Amino acid sequence: MTCPASAEEVAKRVTEIVEDHAGREGPLLLILHDVQETYGYVPGAAVKVIAEKLNLSRAEVHGVMSFYHDYREKPAGRHVIRLCRAEACQSLGGERLADHARKQLGLDWHETSADGAVTLEPVFCLGLCASAPAATVDGKLVARLDEDRLDAAIREVSA
Amino acid sequence: MLKDQDRIFTNVYGLHDWGLKGAMQRGQWDGTKAILEKGRDWIIEQMKASGLRGRGGAGFPTGLKWSFMPKEVGERPHYLVVNADESEPGTCKDREILRHDPHHLVEGCLIAGFAMRAHTAFIYVRGEFIRERERLQAAIDQAYEAKLIGKNNKNGWDFDIIVHHGAGAYICGEETALLESLEGKKGQPRLKPPFPANVGLYGCPSTVNNVESIAVAPTILRRGASWFSGLGKPNNTGTKLFAISGHVERPCVVEEEMGIPFRELVERHCGGIRGGWDNLKAIIPGGSSVPLLPASECDELDMDFDTLRGKQSGLGTAAVIVMDKSTDVIKAIARIAYFYKHESCGQCTPCREGTGWMWRVMERMARGEAQKSEIDTLFNVTKQVEGHTICALGDAAAWPIQGLIRHFRPEIEQRIDEFTRNAKPAEAPLAAAE
Repeated sequence: MTCPASAEEVAKRVTEIVEDHAGREGPLLLILHDVQETYGYVPGAAVKVIAEKLNLSRAEVHGVMSFYHDYREKPAGRHVIRLCRAEACQSLGGERLADHARKQLGLDWHETSADGAVTLEPVFCLGLCASAPAATVDGKLVARLDEDRLDAAIREVSA
Repeated sequence: MLKDQDRIFTNVYGLHDWGLKGAMQRGQWDGTKAILEKGRDWIIEQMKASGLRGRGGAGFPTGLKWSFMPKEVGERPHYLVVNADESEPGTCKDREILRHDPHHLVEGCLIAGFAMRAHTAFIYVRGEFIRERERLQAAIDQAYEAKLIGKNNKNGWDFDIIVHHGAGAYICGEETALLESLEGKKGQPRLKPPFPANVGLYGCPSTVNNVESIAVAPTILRRGASWFSGLGKPNNTGTKLFAISGHVERPCVVEEEMGIPFRELVERHCGGIRGGWDNLKAIIPGGSSVPLLPASECDELDMDFDTLRGKQSGLGTAAVIVMDKSTDVIKAIARIAYFYKHESCGQCTPCREGTGWMWRVMERMARGEAQKSEIDTLFNVTKQVEGHTICALGDAAAWPIQGLIRHFRPEIEQRIDEFTRNAKPAEAPLAAAE
């Protein structure tokens, strides 16, 4: 769901999510995961509700949220390309590929294209070192990338 | 070379069925009840006798770690925590276990949990591992369905396994940071002592083990500690998953005996170095956090904890990154420095400030835009960071740079000379501002 929901709707849905995890110890990460799955990001309104329900300060929730790279404060594009930037991928041309991707998309890291179609993100090690360079496109893993394969993936998500 | 019958991970390439049926055909879940019936002391004694050293990087003896748990369950329950937050650049062994041989881990959890009187295990899977998490959960569900784990199971020890997934922070692979993260907090490492065996998850006695350490346990107990300790070298026993990546013909994950010579490992399993053995420049033998070794050290290099430690490097997770002569090794280390700067949790000042500082200097050195005296300054700073932080991330950031300076100082100096020679006057103010 990428369309922005109103603050009341968010509060209602987030309350449900928090209640799903009632009785668990330290459920903050699980709640944030679920919220992000629902909205594609963690809306500001959600932070307030979560903090209230868990009896934490908003600063604590914000601290946890900003500590982990996976949580977004703003919605991402409709498609997310995450390119592996770690050492093993670089040794097999990851750097060149990263430049190529940025040029093709006209985006820098963490940027979303103007039409909201694609977000480009770096990621450190998808564990696919044996078939580097690797990336994920909308959570789907792609490996042994070269310019052509990357272009094909970009064409698909930009369409 | 390791014989096929001595392999623990018989499906590491996913050629066979990963599920419960396939796993049982390959001998897993065989006589688990009988193992549990032999008792806790026997299990821990066997684990100690096998000489298994933790596979997460530090190489702490697993049996000894298990024996640290309190002998009686007090008011607080015991927990087993499995560290599947495999985030070190280059390391990709646990992922193969989770994907293709998950029942090794599930069975290992039951046995380890029993040995430590824990009724619950948490498996912390890293956020980037999507398929692996699904596969592991599916394997756990199968085990529940077959009544191998869960309440009133066939094996006679009530046991639950909960899969938890992270959210993209490298530091959560550190054991106490992992516990913090499981508790829903920022993954910032805790001061030790108290050690997790006394005050761990939710303040209860807990043990954190690597995936591979737990996954090999059932096979060791089935085949006997002497079988495992008969493989490899004294104090570095058994088999180990090696993950070789970088400039080899065929990068791969392979199970081999500990102490296999590096050259044999690469030539037998990876088709050799790209462009031939003489084209080798350096290797990082244990994931990005250990110091690199130049080619001159690699001719006679046994891949085990003690030999590599003797060469001022380390086996770490046995993730070998191979770099041939086309590699800009200074830039590679600058890159690693950036990674650690990025992943520092910010709790301890030497690490928070030091990693950024080291990275900025490394970036300039990669261009050659530095003074030669700065090499010594940089080395001193790495010594200031190393050992002055709560967790090992500070060490991990310092070691690669120390390795680079130790072995490739002439190359850094040459780079600086070249830059100085070609420097244009117009660039001087920029350089000064840097």
